[in-house]
Amino acid sequence: MNAVAIRAEGLRKRYGDHEVLQGVTLDVQAGEVVGLVGENGAGKSTLLELLAGVARPDEGRIVVRGAPVRWRRPRDAADAGIGFMPQEPSMVPGITVAENILLGREGAGMRFGLVRWRAMNRLADEALREIDPTIAPGAQTQSLSFQQRRRVAFARALAAGTRTPEAPVLLLDEPTSALDPDGVEALLRGIERLRARASIVFVSHRLEDVLRVCDRIVVMADGRCVAERAAAATTAQELQHLMAGRTLAVEMAYGRDRSHAPGRTCLELKQLTRIPGYADVDLAVRSGEVMGLTGATASGCHELGRTLSGIDAPQRGRMSIDGRIVVLRDPAHAVAHGIAYVPADRASEGVVGALSVAENLALADRTGWRIDRRRERAVAARWIERLRIATPSASTRVSELSGGNQQKVALAKWLAGPRPRVLVLDDPLRALDVRARRDVVDAIRAAALNGSAVLVIADALEELAAICDRVAVMRDGRIREDRSTSAATRALRVPVERAA
Amino acid sequence: MRTGVAMTVPGWMRTSGPLLALLVLVVGFGFGDARFVSLANLRTILDSAAVPLVLAVGMTFVIRQGSIDLSVEGMMAACSLVFALAVANDRTAFDLGWLALAIAAALGAVFGLANGLVVTRLRVPSFMATLGLGSVGLGAAMLLSSDQPPLIRDAALRQWALGRTIGLPNLALAAAACLGAGLVVERYTRLGRYGFAIGGAEDVARRAGIDVDFHKVAVFAFAGLTSGLAAALESARLGIGHVEVGAGQMLGAVTAVIIGGTSLAGGSGSVLGSAIGVLALAVVANGLVYVGATPHLQKTIEGAIILVAALLAGVHLHDRLRVVK
Repeated sequence: MNAVAIRAEGLRKRYGDHEVLQGVTLDVQAGEVVGLVGENGAGKSTLLELLAGVARPDEGRIVVRGAPVRWRRPRDAADAGIGFMPQEPSMVPGITVAENILLGREGAGMRFGLVRWRAMNRLADEALREIDPTIAPGAQTQSLSFQQRRRVAFARALAAGTRTPEAPVLLLDEPTSALDPDGVEALLRGIERLRARASIVFVSHRLEDVLRVCDRIVVMADGRCVAERAAAATTAQELQHLMAGRTLAVEMAYGRDRSHAPGRTCLELKQLTRIPGYADVDLAVRSGEVMGLTGATASGCHELGRTLSGIDAPQRGRMSIDGRIVVLRDPAHAVAHGIAYVPADRASEGVVGALSVAENLALADRTGWRIDRRRERAVAARWIERLRIATPSASTRVSELSGGNQQKVALAKWLAGPRPRVLVLDDPLRALDVRARRDVVDAIRAAALNGSAVLVIADALEELAAICDRVAVMRDGRIREDRSTSAATRALRVPVERAA
Repeated sequence: MRTGVAMTVPGWMRTSGPLLALLVLVVGFGFGDARFVSLANLRTILDSAAVPLVLAVGMTFVIRQGSIDLSVEGMMAACSLVFALAVANDRTAFDLGWLALAIAAALGAVFGLANGLVVTRLRVPSFMATLGLGSVGLGAAMLLSSDQPPLIRDAALRQWALGRTIGLPNLALAAAACLGAGLVVERYTRLGRYGFAIGGAEDVARRAGIDVDFHKVAVFAFAGLTSGLAAALESARLGIGHVEVGAGQMLGAVTAVIIGGTSLAGGSGSVLGSAIGVLALAVVANGLVYVGATPHLQKTIEGAIILVAALLAGVHLHDRLRVVK
């Protein structure tokens, strides 16, 4: 059998000034399950998107069953029997399961613009049967649970994969993230059932899952494939180390000032609970201290960040700042209490794209009614220089900047205003190149030196090593470990997942 | 500590709620005045609901795909004039009879097509695009009318429009046929099904390879067609082609659609629900007369109904905006 089902050949992809893929070559044999692991921003999702026709490569080519192809749209890949399950797949709520599975490629389910419900349900059922026979193709999608919807998305990928007589190729991007143990098990069993009949690329942060279902594991870092192991011949520890190696070296090489002593406890959480999300969280961050919070997807740290910023109220527990209990009604209330929040989705939540750099920087400076343009420009010039924000001028619209520079603006907005008592950053280093990382790390440390209590949330422990004085690890909504960074870094060889 | 007000509309309420409300209204007004439930009055209600129903069918598709059509009144004005001038009338020599009905519908469809193209090609938000084109329609109608609204002289047409078959108003039967057609399009055609997808999650639809713009334009054209048809029916009933033929109809149609369970955010709803919404509005308008409400009070109450309906639609939206994991 051993033919190559799909092959990526020297794929390159650049977004803005960040090269996400720097020449990736990957073969997937017929009937093989390949695990793709790597930190956030390593380029796994981008690689899958190129293979699935969601985006087009800048350079390199894709070969499917021996023939080079050039996808113009996702549909082309689906027509060639390549099923793609994107990260956090979205469904249309108001239509049936069968319609979602076949959306845009109904085949026999539609003829001359007319729906043939029986054929539609039969086609959908063929895919569903392999994954979850308990879901009825005629059910309304909005009546399904989150877990079930994920299985429907899997069925959708499979339905695309089985469109040609050829063996299907399935590209699964984090299919198990945010699922409960039963959901994960159902999905993994689905993959195991399809083994040998389909070629599968399985992207996951959960190394034990990857080790369980994959034949071969490819490690990506910084837009390249850096290592490859047979699943039987490697361990989670080794993979973790391979994933972390490079970034860690870069970040650790950059020294930092730890000479200052943090002050009194500023932010304190007691038994804070919001389900689903996190439960019984106890956490204390002192003024001038940088605290890291990490955990795999769905560990609850992002949800905790949203609560601290006043977006989602906790159900139970209390939160105090400088010894006084605060109850946040909304984000504006949080700001009034001196909490600054830099969200992970900077483009839609962190900056106002249509406003200029200077105007964005002035957003958090809420003193008086009058807008002082001259002062605004002066402040902007200072922060553009300090954070090395690459912008043609202070009056350039933020939407025209690259992601890294937008991130710097989102952060500088808080630093330019009155000093925040608590600074919460969600995934501040995501998709930044090495230099931008360093600038942002500088700014975060500077904020702490200035006396703010800083909480940095990141998906990977190693990202935090360079910034934080202390690191807490969350899993399944609870804090499992809280220790100094040096101890945490020593434990790096133990995967985050297992550290709990 | 505030933990987020969990306001959700139960499933049964969203599906059978409008029907229940309609029944309560009918029974309530019946107790208020027995004449309300007389056969003659029920017929009157059906008659008054006919034209709004035709409009509501088209509007359901537009709102479901996440757009809005505010050009109804302008389109109706233009179509009414063209219809009245094309049948036997006191101003032109045309006498096209039933063909004029098709012409009015086609003109409406062209208007709708223009709406759709402006929305998809020029990327103008639908409320703005349709508001503008509706104004164009009104202006065209005024030119055609030139202060002499054409009187319709086609006896057969007028007789049909005012007549009954098996005891039911002909217009109501025509509207029912329209509803049936809407139901088939909604359930059994690509156009109908993709409308749910586009309104529910446009990104997903686009990524699935659906030609979103094409289907949007088609839906606007379909809505235009229903506006043209409604204008012709109303003109035939009144016996005149008039600029004001659609006055107040647009808000009525939107209200009926929302009362009927279609979310203003798009992605849900059925023409069947909208039909119930139309009937509910007709019952309220009619019943208020029986319980002695003045026209001014009627307007106020109708406005209140719109607000409540919009509020319910908003609750649904509130639901969607919450992070579900």
